[in-house]
Amino acid sequence: MRIIENSFGIPVITPETKAFWDAVNHEKLLFACCQACGKSHAYPRRICPFCLSQNVVWKVSSGDGKLYAFSLYRKGRPPYVSAWVMLKENVALLTNIIDCDTEKLKIGMNVGVKFVKVGSEQRVPVFVPK
Amino acid sequence: MTIPVFVVGAFEHPTRLATDKSVAELHAEVAIGALSDAGVSKNEIDGYFCASDAPGIGPLSMIEYMGLNVRYADSTDIGGSSPIAHVGHAVTAIREGKCNVALITSAGRPRSEGAAPGNLAELPEYPEAGFEVPFRAALAPSYAMCAQRHMYQYGTTSEQLASIKVAASIHAKYNSNALLPKEVSVAQVLSSPLISDPLHRLDCCVMTDGGGALIIAREEIARSLTRPLVKIRGVGEAVGFSRGSDIDLTVSAVARSGRNAFDEASVKPRDIKYLSTYDSFTITVLIAIEDLGFCEKGDGGRFVADGNLISGVGRLPFNTDGGGLCNNHPAHRGGVTKVIEAVRQLRGEAHRAVQVQNCDLAIANGLGGMLDRRHGAATAILERLA
Repeated sequence: MRIIENSFGIPVITPETKAFWDAVNHEKLLFACCQACGKSHAYPRRICPFCLSQNVVWKVSSGDGKLYAFSLYRKGRPPYVSAWVMLKENVALLTNIIDCDTEKLKIGMNVGVKFVKVGSEQRVPVFVPK
Repeated sequence: MTIPVFVVGAFEHPTRLATDKSVAELHAEVAIGALSDAGVSKNEIDGYFCASDAPGIGPLSMIEYMGLNVRYADSTDIGGSSPIAHVGHAVTAIREGKCNVALITSAGRPRSEGAAPGNLAELPEYPEAGFEVPFRAALAPSYAMCAQRHMYQYGTTSEQLASIKVAASIHAKYNSNALLPKEVSVAQVLSSPLISDPLHRLDCCVMTDGGGALIIAREEIARSLTRPLVKIRGVGEAVGFSRGSDIDLTVSAVARSGRNAFDEASVKPRDIKYLSTYDSFTITVLIAIEDLGFCEKGDGGRFVADGNLISGVGRLPFNTDGGGLCNNHPAHRGGVTKVIEAVRQLRGEAHRAVQVQNCDLAIANGLGGMLDRRHGAATAILERLA
């Protein structure tokens, strides 16, 4: 099945995640990294889910990664591909794959971020095969 | 020595479609059924346990609706496995002298209401909502991606997953209340429409109205009643989650809830005669069987094939009521029915075609929520005393 752009929801933006979404609007993908324990995490929190340190900083991702897991959800209206993408920086994101032939998707294949507009102002990061 | 605590009453609502009942009424009806099964009167209940499928704020509305005079109430919600967690919480409360007779109810009518399951990130204040709602991170793909990883890492096949549904359907034939009482074949599972690849429609549980209730009591009370004695030998619970950089979609929180329950019970997986386990999807069963220690991680596909889960045929009879896959998954929550069928097996009250011989030790295991991220697991090991 050919999946092109899809109807994504508008994200809920909180004081904790505003910087992430602002960066997305500038076509930059951030991830959260703890300065105390050195571990990165997703979805991003201001408090590290490994050590509870509040010394968490934003880092800029290359936007490149590998497809970790995916599923074509055929009951979606329209159908869509749910996916976990493992970024080069070793953080896995729950996301969607678009601009793809679902038959050609494979675990481990290279994917890259694409920033897609939802509503009039906000973008969301999804991934496309590379 | 720990104070023994018993399941003295268990009741599953016979309805699978409750268009003319309220949710509160269903909770109360299953309570009446469990009290009658136990031979306990309403006035003896001094503890009440429910999860968010009960209408109202925590336990308050249902306590008022039923007019319960309780001195202990708990509305822990860890998803569909909550009633099994409640069994553990009731044991603790009873041991601590906080109550003597605990009522647990779970019920709902999503089928009548046309309510789809698992939109867990719908509320904007949920911290994960911003990162799930845009991507419509639905329930079926959550489990489907775990199935895909299991296939990728361990060579598990769709045929092996289908054999879980086949075993459940063979059991459901003997349950006159089952929503899907017909035996199906592996080929029928594989030819049913794909819902979320690689899961087919027949890899998914049913959606039903209804519910169930349990009565948990201290030993003197259990021994004063006429029902067979079902002792709660060990309980465990755990919560699984994702934080991005330590992801493994093939292991669930059951690995920890199960270990806790086995440790407390001082028994081994090989001692278990019957397994009730959460079956929202076939993959839920396969991962739980591995995580409970019935086989090594990755061997689940081979373990469930060849009729191994069929009562009278295989080495680990499971969900002999037909489970959530064929019988009942009331309120999108299969926790309570898992305990109920385990109690039936231990009492020797399962249908004789599926009754496990000399069934003296059973597990009721729950695994609800999103398998690839936050999910709740609860495990109870139950023993029939002579």
